[in-house]
Parts: sequence; structure tokens; C-alpha cells
Amino acid sequence: MLRKTLITVALTGLALGGVLWWLSAPDPLDARSLDALQGDAEQGRAVYLAAGCASCHKGPERDADPLVLSGGRSFASDFGTFIAPNISPDPENGIGTWTQAAFINAVMRGVSPEGKHYYPAFPYTSYIRADPQDMADLYAYMMTLPSDANPSRPHDLGFPFNIRRGVGLWKALFLTEDWVTTDDLTEQEARGRYLSEALAHCAECHTPRNALGALDTDRWLLGAPNPSGRGRIPAIAGDEFDWTAFDISAYLETGFTPDFDVVGGTMADVVNSLQHLDKSELDAIAAFLLHVR
Amino acid sequence: MTFIKTLGALVLGAGLALPALADQDPAIEQRQGQFKLFVHNFGLLGGMAQGRMDYDAEMAQTAADNLFHVTRHDQSRLWPEGTDSMSVDGTRANPAIWENLDDFVSKFAALQDAAENLQGVAGSGPDEMRAGVGALGQACQACHQVYRDEAS
Repeated sequence: MLRKTLITVALTGLALGGVLWWLSAPDPLDARSLDALQGDAEQGRAVYLAAGCASCHKGPERDADPLVLSGGRSFASDFGTFIAPNISPDPENGIGTWTQAAFINAVMRGVSPEGKHYYPAFPYTSYIRADPQDMADLYAYMMTLPSDANPSRPHDLGFPFNIRRGVGLWKALFLTEDWVTTDDLTEQEARGRYLSEALAHCAECHTPRNALGALDTDRWLLGAPNPSGRGRIPAIAGDEFDWTAFDISAYLETGFTPDFDVVGGTMADVVNSLQHLDKSELDAIAAFLLHVR
Repeated sequence: MTFIKTLGALVLGAGLALPALADQDPAIEQRQGQFKLFVHNFGLLGGMAQGRMDYDAEMAQTAADNLFHVTRHDQSRLWPEGTDSMSVDGTRANPAIWENLDDFVSKFAALQDAAENLQGVAGSGPDEMRAGVGALGQACQACHQVYRDEAS
């Protein structure tokens, strides 16, 4: 009887372990179709600016060049400290040897070329909604950027968050390519949704997170504690956000709030990047944010 | 005994009172007042630059003159040690200011230069003013980016 129970427990454990193992497996996109895409570096520059890669991946110095993605910036969180890796085209310490498919799977699925999970501090949770063609353009552009040999440093995470395989379970629970905003949109609003929900990943800072670090979509864009410092990331939707489309677009272009305070903190990096996009792109973000509100 | 008690009460009282006293360092409100005066003038120029209001050479020049003068207000008593956001409430001044005072001072000098430049162009026409406003905004942002906390 005891033996039977033990066997049942063991088998159940094995089955459960198997299910967890299966659930936590990386789920990359098909490499052949990704490699078939023809990237355009010039188009990729706009994607690079919209996606804000430099904000996290440029060097840690205060006046670091936003085109040298040497990594090394650290981001404190409830789970430990993440350190942005080198994603310059350096073949040794960067991503110089990556194929286009490996790059797109990293950005859109959070899966490394070795088939390991990346932590969702890397906002593939937003980039999953991107157009693979844009990612191919981005790849072409990023391969033209300067190389830097600075070696990537490991994250500093506590147990159990240091078990990468566990990220697979997190992905099974929270990673989705569905839009958060599913109403009918005008063409301009839809473009704004693409920029906001996919590339510029606004929600990653402007939306609060649950205990497991996933975005709380019930409080979408309503502001959140600053993940890496004092103060709060402000609401960009809801009743307390009362900017006009003109205000939003002008802010993203110049860094001036409607009261003529000047942008600071991590948002200054965002403005420094987005301000180089066509004004129509900033207007689209504004139109979308006003729709959400 | 009474003496010891009094001393104990004094030490305890001082320990309790210190953070409160630090909170109330008038330099914090005073320097915030100075930034409000920056915005008071910069807002007018920025509003004209963005087309929120019509360009008026005389008003623009007056605001730029004001900015020139208020950015020249002596800063030496506005940033005492211990008035950073780690030590006290009510300020967004990041402790990094005091760890990089030379850089902070040079960024403030860049603001003064940008204000002087703006003063020279504000009355010359909307396009000239707009360029000066942009440059001044960059000087503000350079500091806010690294030395100012998010609002709470």
C-alpha cells in the first residue's frame, strides 16, 4: 500500500515536472522565414529610435554615446539587479556573430541564440507585437553601429529568480502578442498603438506591475512606482492625465511639458530618441494615448 | 540624576528634531522658488516658440532679460550639504549633485551661457528666438536627466 502510494506520488511528481518542463520550454519563431526577410538599415534607424534600445544598452557613463551599445547600465528591481548586456556588433562580446533570425528571436521572443530565456527586464514583452520586417531593418541598422569590446556582466538575482528556466513559466502566464487596446482605431491611432504598445514600450514603465513583475493591464498606463529610484513614473492615461494631443506631441519633440518644465530622468533618454522621428509619428502616439484615456 | 535625565532628554530631543530641522532648511524652498522664476519666463518664450501664442519681440526680450538675470543669482548658499533627496523629504535634488559638484557647477554655467545667448536673439524674430529656446531647454535637460529625481 505504502509502495503504491510512493509510486503514485513519484509518478505524479514526474508528470508535473514534465508538464512544467514542457511549459517552460523556449518558443522561438521559425528561423528560416526570419532569415528570408531583407533588412534595410536606413529604415532600421527609425525603428532603433522608436524602440529606444540606447536608453538601456548605451554605456553607464552620464554622457554615453547613444550609438555605442556597450551595455553595463544596472537596473534595480524587486527581483535583483539586472545589468544590460553589450549588444554592439562586437563579435566577441556583442552580437556581431548573431544571425538575423537569432536577433529577431531575442527581441521578439526573449530567447537567446543558445535557446535560453531572457528575463523580461528586456521588453520583448512589448516587442513581441512588432512587425518582423521592422526587426530585420533594426538588425541591419544595428550591425552598422560601432563595436565595443566591453564584456557583458551577469545579472545579480536572488533565488528563485536566478533560475532562467523559470522565466518560461512566467512567459506561459504573461507573454502575449495580443494588443492591450483592442477597440476600433483610426489609422493614425493604430499607428500610435504600434509605436506605443510595441516599439516604444511605454507601458513597461508607465504601468504598475503585479507581485510576479508582470504588467497590471487593469491599470494600463496609469503610472507606477519608479522601478529604479525615488518618485513615481507619471500616469499617461486616466483622469489625472489632462494633456492635449498638441501637448503630448510637443513634449516628445522638445521635452517641454505644457507648463514648460523640462524633461528629466529616464524619460529624457526617451525624448532624446523619439524627437528624431517624423512629427507624424509623435502625433500618432498622441492620438493613441488620447484614445486610451 | 536630574542632570542626567535632562541631558538624556536633550539628546533624545535633538535626535528627534534633527530630521525635522533638516526638512525645513529654507534653502530648499528658496532654490525651488528660483526654478519657478525660470519657468515663469521660459514658459512665455517656449509658448511663443511652440506657437501657443503669437510672437511679441518686446515680451520675448523682457522674458529673456529676466532669464539672464535670474540664472545669474549666486548659487553658493542654495545647495547646502544634506539637502539632497536621500537625506530629507521635499526635494528632488539627487545626491549625485554633491558627488559630482564640479559637473553640476559646469552644467549650471552652461545654463547661464544658454540664457545669455537667448537674451541676444529673443528680440530678433521668432526663428532666432526658437533656436535660443531649444538650446536653453537642452541645458535644463542636461541637468534634469542626471540630477533630478522623478516627482513623487
